[in-house]
Amino acid sequence: MSFINLREKIVQIKIVYYGPGRGGKTTNLEYINRKFNKQIQSEMVSLKTHGDRTLFFDFLPFDMGKIKGYEMKIQLYTVPGQVKYNATRKLVLKGVDGIVFVADAQEQMREKNIRSLNQLYENLKSYKQSIFKIPLVLQYNKVDLRNQGIPILPTSVLEKDMNSKLKVPSFEASALTGYHVPETLKKIISSTVVSIQKKLL
Amino acid sequence: MNYGVVSQEQLEKIDEILTEKLIKIGVDCVIIIDMAGNIITAKDNGTSKYDVYSFAALAAGNFATVDAMAKLVGEEEFSLLFHKGTDCNIHFSKIDDELLLISMFGKDISLGFLRLNVVETIEQIKKLWARD
Repeated sequence: MSFINLREKIVQIKIVYYGPGRGGKTTNLEYINRKFNKQIQSEMVSLKTHGDRTLFFDFLPFDMGKIKGYEMKIQLYTVPGQVKYNATRKLVLKGVDGIVFVADAQEQMREKNIRSLNQLYENLKSYKQSIFKIPLVLQYNKVDLRNQGIPILPTSVLEKDMNSKLKVPSFEASALTGYHVPETLKKIISSTVVSIQKKLL
Repeated sequence: MNYGVVSQEQLEKIDEILTEKLIKIGVDCVIIIDMAGNIITAKDNGTSKYDVYSFAALAAGNFATVDAMAKLVGEEEFSLLFHKGTDCNIHFSKIDDELLLISMFGKDISLGFLRLNVVETIEQIKKLWARD
């Protein structure tokens, strides 16, 4: 749940990057951290293992400027993607306002994407939130691997697998090169802000 | 109780309590956060500068982890946490299921004295919410 400080006119919004392990969630945040360093006043916090896998979460606070006199503080989080860390994923989802689901577009990851999305549905349900109501953007990451001859699922297949019921905005992306990373971020921020405004007004 | 929006009046009263009970006895920085990692309010002594937003995210995660550990050993909760450093110490105490009070303090205050004041602070904050 977003927190609104009426005295200092600050709105804090929590956006979580969710998805299967090694899908590029942390890479998304790292790109944002490099690209928008003017809007980021503090260091990105990463809790990871020695093998550079996310252990708990990454955290990146992002200043978006003002809307109607209120300063928007966007808090970007990632979850650990590895299957065994579901308890941790659930903790990070607490109080979430908007979600980016980072899917891995490689053919071999098809099943893992679907499984992770199903688990997101379950995890949100445990907080009495619905995947159909929460602001959500899908990102089909790693499309750049197509140029290296690695089998990538066509977007139509990914859409059918994951977005046929959700019908949310989706982007092909490459977190490594930054392709559609800012677009994904802008989309989730605008959907989330609109949804918070609706809740309040 | 709804924390989504806390009224200006409530925040001012909470800040008064924090200043009176904790900052005045020498605590460097006090933060109230919710379990999702949002900052409800932060007060400092004017000289210490902490990155309170990152701190809140990590503190919420830390507390959630300890909470999960408590359940594993059959405890309902560990309601307070204390981290000791050379120059800076951190004390975490639960206000209720949703809120956490975090105090950062140096060598000049004893842990016991701080804990007494934290307990009184929490009682006063709870009363404030009960009344509203």
